[in-house]
Formats: sequence, C-alpha cells, structure tokens
Amino acid sequence: MIAQNHSYWRVWASVYKKDVRLAFRQRSDIINPLLFFLIVITLFPLGIGPEPNLLARMAPGIIWVAALLATMLGLDKMFRDDYLDGTLEQLMLSPFPLSLSVSAKVAAHWTVTGLPMVILAPLFALLMNLQSQALSAMMLTLLIGTPLLSLIGAIGAGLTVGLQKGGVLLSLLVLPLYIPVLIFATSAIDTASMSLAYGGQLAILGAFLAVAIVLAPIAVSSALKVSIN
Amino acid sequence: MLHVDAVTCIKQERCLFEDLSFTLKSGEIMQLEGPNGAGKTSLLRILAGFAEPMQGQVKFNQQCIGRNYDEYAENVLFIGHKTGVNTALNALENCHFWLNTHGLESGLDLYEVLADLGLVGLEDVPVRQLSAGQQRRVALARLWLNRAPLWLLDEPFTAVDKKGVQLLQQRFAEHLASGGAILLTSHQDLTAHFDKLIKLQLEYRI
Repeated sequence: MIAQNHSYWRVWASVYKKDVRLAFRQRSDIINPLLFFLIVITLFPLGIGPEPNLLARMAPGIIWVAALLATMLGLDKMFRDDYLDGTLEQLMLSPFPLSLSVSAKVAAHWTVTGLPMVILAPLFALLMNLQSQALSAMMLTLLIGTPLLSLIGAIGAGLTVGLQKGGVLLSLLVLPLYIPVLIFATSAIDTASMSLAYGGQLAILGAFLAVAIVLAPIAVSSALKVSIN
Repeated sequence: MLHVDAVTCIKQERCLFEDLSFTLKSGEIMQLEGPNGAGKTSLLRILAGFAEPMQGQVKFNQQCIGRNYDEYAENVLFIGHKTGVNTALNALENCHFWLNTHGLESGLDLYEVLADLGLVGLEDVPVRQLSAGQQRRVALARLWLNRAPLWLLDEPFTAVDKKGVQLLQQRFAEHLASGGAILLTSHQDLTAHFDKLIKLQLEYRI
C-alpha cells in the first residue's frame, strides 16, 4: 500500500543525497574545480616570481579569484542533467514547493565544490605565503563566501538551463553579482593581515548570505519554471 | 474531474488548437490522437501546468489548476517523453527518489512492482545499462506507486513490448475501476476493451 508522508525534511534530504551521490559516482565533477583551483595557485608563484612579500601581498586576491572561477566551472551542470532527463518536471509536479528541492540542490553543489576548497584552503595559503594572522580570516570568508557563490550562481544556472549554449550568458549574468562578494572577502583578509579587526566585512558577507539563503531558492524556482515552459 | 474550457495554444506563430473544450470524468479514459506536430504533447503540458495556454482555462474539481498548484500536483501523475529517470542511478534509487520527492512511502511493495515489470535482478544496475524498454518500465513503475486520481501519460507504450502493453492496460483498468481518470496520447489503438473510452482527434493545422 502506498502511504503518504508529508515531510519537508525527507524531500530535502532525498534531493541532497541524490546529488551528492551522483557527484561521487562521476568524480570528475568534484575533482575538476579543485584541480583548477590548485593549478591557478601553483602557477602564480611560477609566473610572477617567488618573492615572498609580493606573494603574501597578492595571496587574498589570487585565492579568492581562483575560488570564484572554480565555482563557476560547475555551475551550468547544476540543473542541466535534471532538465534534460525530465526530473525537474517531476519535481515541479510534486506537492512540495520547487524552492525546497532547489535549496537542496544548491546545498549539494556547495558540498562538492565549495566545501573541499574551504578544507584545502590552509594548504593554498601556505603555497602563497599568506601571513598566519590572516589565515583564519581567509577560512572564514571562504566558509561564508562559497555558499553565497553557489546560491547566486544557481539563479544564473536556472535562467540559462533551457538554452543550448548558456555558458557564456551564465558567466555574464553571474559575474557582476560575484564582485561584491570578492571585494568584501579580500578586504577582510587584507585587514586581517594588517592585524586589524575584520568583523565588519565578515558581517556584511554574513548578511549577504542570510538574504541569499532566503531569497535565492525562490528566485531560482521561478527561473526554472520559465525555463521549463 | 478535469474540465478544459476553450483552451487555445499557439506555438511558433502556428495555432495548434483553438477553443478546445472537453470534460474528463472519473472512470473515463481519453485517448488523444493526431498526426505528429498536432499538439498532443503541448496539450498535455498545459494540463500538467508546465505551460500556460494563450486563452482559456483548465479546471480540476472546479478549481483553476494555477490557483493552488501544489494541491493539484498531488492529484496528478505525469509521465512525458522525458521520463524523469536518472540514468546514472539504478531502478530502486530512481523509485525511492520519486516516492520521497512526492511525499509518498511504500513498504515492501516496491520489489513486487519491479518484479511485475520484469526488472527483478536488475534493480541494482545503473539504468543507463538497461534496454530502452526496460528504462521506460522504470518510469512506468510510478503507475503502481502513486495515489493520484488523474494520470497524464505521453506515449506510455513507446518501446514497451506486447506483454508490457497488456500489463499497462490491466493497470489502467484497475485505476479506472477505483475512480481514477486517464488521459493518454498513443498512436496505437488500445488492445484491451474499455467501457468509457473517449477518443479526441487533434488535426494538424497550418
């Protein structure tokens, strides 16, 4: 007998687990962005010379730009497969709001792209000779900033999922929205490396994240409804 | 149950159908017929709420479907050309995912359903490695796993063998007997006999 179980948490967990499981089955999804991140960070010292002070000065910007571009690498895949095989239609035609499934998908995207970058960040900081007092600031900005990148990116991905070659448009749509995140994150790390308080910049990033967690899933689900039409 | 009121659909500046009205009552099965490009799938997508008609409205139990879409969604099962089966997952994972995301729960029934559909022993193989007909059967397993009274099926018999077609029609009869309604598109005639079979012919217009 088929019984009803009207639990929001069950739907969220089911979508989240499916996406993470799929990512682990096709490991290139996880490894590609990380590898890109690593390549950028290791090539920069080779390109500009191994002068420790210069590297330390440039570290926040390079690490953050690399993280931002690495996140964008996987963005257009976020809804592509589900759009092509009809899963999005089935999620739309379910008694639960689409924004619920969307938030689970974004969380899964962050788990497989953002989280590994946060975990590996201390290693990259070492490669770039970042001052030790700025390390915690970098970890914190990445921890708050990468979910924000996934949430903002999801809006662009939702809008362009129905297009044949949406990749370029996606970058153009999303990049301007990434710039404030980049500015406040690097500014926080810079401030921290001068041993000053960086709570202000973190608070602004946190505010961005709070707004995005609430509003982005709703925006994405409307975008997807337009794309499916 | 389902009431379509003067619905018009225009795509790429071509009018697919105009002022189309019909009613589908519980216990009735309706077969949409028409040549390729006549607008069968477009009509089903409008009824499922994925697309808006240019004019007219669709009512389910006297209520416009757009007004409380989540409630309508609970009462509809839609299986389209894009079946919503992820080919990297296996049949069991696909069924569980579908049940979970539709707020449904099944006990041990799931294995019985897969066995009836001839998918036993294949439930842990990624769907990608199954044949086209078997992939279709994974999607069609939902016919046994839902509580929705209204079924919208777009070419359900594609790639399914003769025995499978019979099995599906048996399931249709059960569903109709329990007060459900079915709207399907198919180029083949239904081989089983249905008392309340309505045929709706869509023409190709230029």
